[in-house]
Amino acid sequence: MSTAEVGGRTLVDKIWDQHVVAELGDGLDVLHVDRHLVHDVTSPQAFTTLAERAVEVLSPELTFGSPEHSVTILSGRTEESNDLSRKFVPLLRRNFATHGLRLFDIDSPEHGIVHVIGPELGLTLPGATVVCGDSHTCTNGGLGALGFGVGTSELALVLATQSLLQRRPQMMRITFTGALAPGVEPKDLMLDAIARLGADAGAGCAIEFAGPAIVALSVEQRMTVCNLAVELGAKIGLVAPDDVTFDYVANRRFAPTGALLDDAIEHWRGLVSDPDAVFARQIELDAAAVAPQITWGTSPAHSIPVDGPVPDPAQAPNENTARQWEQALAYMDLQPGQSLEGLPVEWVFIGSCTNGRLSDLEAAAAVARGRKVSGHVRALVVPGSRAVQRAAEGRGLDRVFIDAGFEWGEPGCGLCPGLGGVTLEPGDRCVSTSNRNFVGRQGIGVRTHLAGAATAALAAIKGAIADVRGN
Amino acid sequence: MDAFTVVRGPAAPLMLPDVNTDVISPGHTGKGSLALSAFAPIRYLPDGRDDPSFVLNRDRFRGAPILLAAQNFGCGSSRESAVWSLRALGIRCVIATSFGDIFFGNCFQNGVLPIVLDETVLGSLAAEAAEGAPVEVDLTASVVRSPLGARIPFTVDPLRRRQLLEGLDDLDAGLLRRDEIRAFQHADRALRPWIYQVSDAGTSLPLG
Repeated sequence: MSTAEVGGRTLVDKIWDQHVVAELGDGLDVLHVDRHLVHDVTSPQAFTTLAERAVEVLSPELTFGSPEHSVTILSGRTEESNDLSRKFVPLLRRNFATHGLRLFDIDSPEHGIVHVIGPELGLTLPGATVVCGDSHTCTNGGLGALGFGVGTSELALVLATQSLLQRRPQMMRITFTGALAPGVEPKDLMLDAIARLGADAGAGCAIEFAGPAIVALSVEQRMTVCNLAVELGAKIGLVAPDDVTFDYVANRRFAPTGALLDDAIEHWRGLVSDPDAVFARQIELDAAAVAPQITWGTSPAHSIPVDGPVPDPAQAPNENTARQWEQALAYMDLQPGQSLEGLPVEWVFIGSCTNGRLSDLEAAAAVARGRKVSGHVRALVVPGSRAVQRAAEGRGLDRVFIDAGFEWGEPGCGLCPGLGGVTLEPGDRCVSTSNRNFVGRQGIGVRTHLAGAATAALAAIKGAIADVRGN
Repeated sequence: MDAFTVVRGPAAPLMLPDVNTDVISPGHTGKGSLALSAFAPIRYLPDGRDDPSFVLNRDRFRGAPILLAAQNFGCGSSRESAVWSLRALGIRCVIATSFGDIFFGNCFQNGVLPIVLDETVLGSLAAEAAEGAPVEVDLTASVVRSPLGARIPFTVDPLRRRQLLEGLDDLDAGLLRRDEIRAFQHADRALRPWIYQVSDAGTSLPLG
């Protein structure tokens, strides 16, 4: 069954093999989907396709949804708060009702970003295949699930058949040795890795993240790491499940309980790469050498240590990259060799499927506590879900942020894709804990600097990009 | 879905690495249709006029059915509108040194052929095509014919190739397998019951 005829199997091989409904030859498999998570913006045409072909959803009990892309993220929001949500939220609700699917609606206590609520509700499980019409579905890999994004046509296929036609990916493993230095977040670890390896390093691959620096992370932090696998070019990123994972899963709302959970854990313990597993590519990186990161350009690969210089296109590895860097510098209004420390910013966004979980908000609150947001900055803290929001409020984090002058928002994707009922103006500079600094993503002409939660919070306080070490 | 057999015409070189789907199909343009929004961040000047330095704004490449690109074309978001945007511009084939995985898959669902070529081979093809001379992409023979007549073979998954030639997407094939998939689920339920018994404990425990 496995492609690894010589040597052992990887973690991904083991999960993959359990999901093959049929082998179609030439490496293409019909792959079963255990959990289908659906959001508001990429799903409407898939439901239209079902209607046109008069097809029912094959496994409604394995399908879950949340309206999270279009919704306003400001306090007091309703679905009427912006034009997009006024259209997409009722549409998702109608489609879900038609097919009898479970929706975590905008005002429900379970609402949130799909990649945040899947794990926290116990829907995402180790060894499960998780699919969503969203490229950051790889986030679920933090629990040892095989999660990946699909387009709208494939989304219709999953609704209709609970399966996909997939080619087994190449196997890649990135081992992080050492331990993160104080003040350095998992986000920094990954931005540094993407800058070193390139935004296409994982193309065609499933990446297993391993090593002591990964094992030491919480499940939430592992999700941040896996979330950014797609920014390395890999559709799939995951961490082998361990006791930390099993403790996280136990007692989640939809997770197995009792004897069923015991059986599941016994099964999940086998989900590790064999010692002689064959990887197409193996890379080792030193986590201890990573400094807090900030991006200077328009690709997540354009990341530098916060105290480092902006690179010079004259030093680019090839002509195409030199041109890309020149265009990025022009768009970002930066000069080669410049330091980003002290660069004034107008916006700070803390949230998203990358950094919208409780541990991220705690890291940001630790920086914000007892301080004030700079007068010229608008800073938004947006919990990734209602559960994150409740937990944060239970710990008084909302007061920390509000007292410091941050806005405490409502769950949703928000500023990550330039939505959420907030409009940034051309030329605005935003430090964002999201995952993409692409040209125009947060709005036409908006300049995005990606960073971790602590670095973003500090930028709000200082009114400029600054180094969390010693600040 | 439209079938793909032979496409012939100018091949526009957009030789930037990492052209992402937010650039191909931006969320914010104020431009309306997919055809007008496509590539907006690199296609228009700040005043809204066409940027003459953008390759598809050059007369010889307007309406070109083939796009030449560098590495990691279509990286980023899963949005299928990236492929719909290419179709709206009349593009049926993208030739690059590598692609974003999700975009690559989306192409086959929309009658667009993504071809991976070696950097050197792609470089020579781009040089030959630079003045707008027609390139021919022949999926029936799995070969690209350059303006000067060079024959460049390419590989594509046999099943994907057949689907494109016949104009079938995955849904057409998948619907025929629903019984097989139900049988898989029945057997799998005995092996991994926790996947199928999704019971609601009714309460959400606090995080942390």
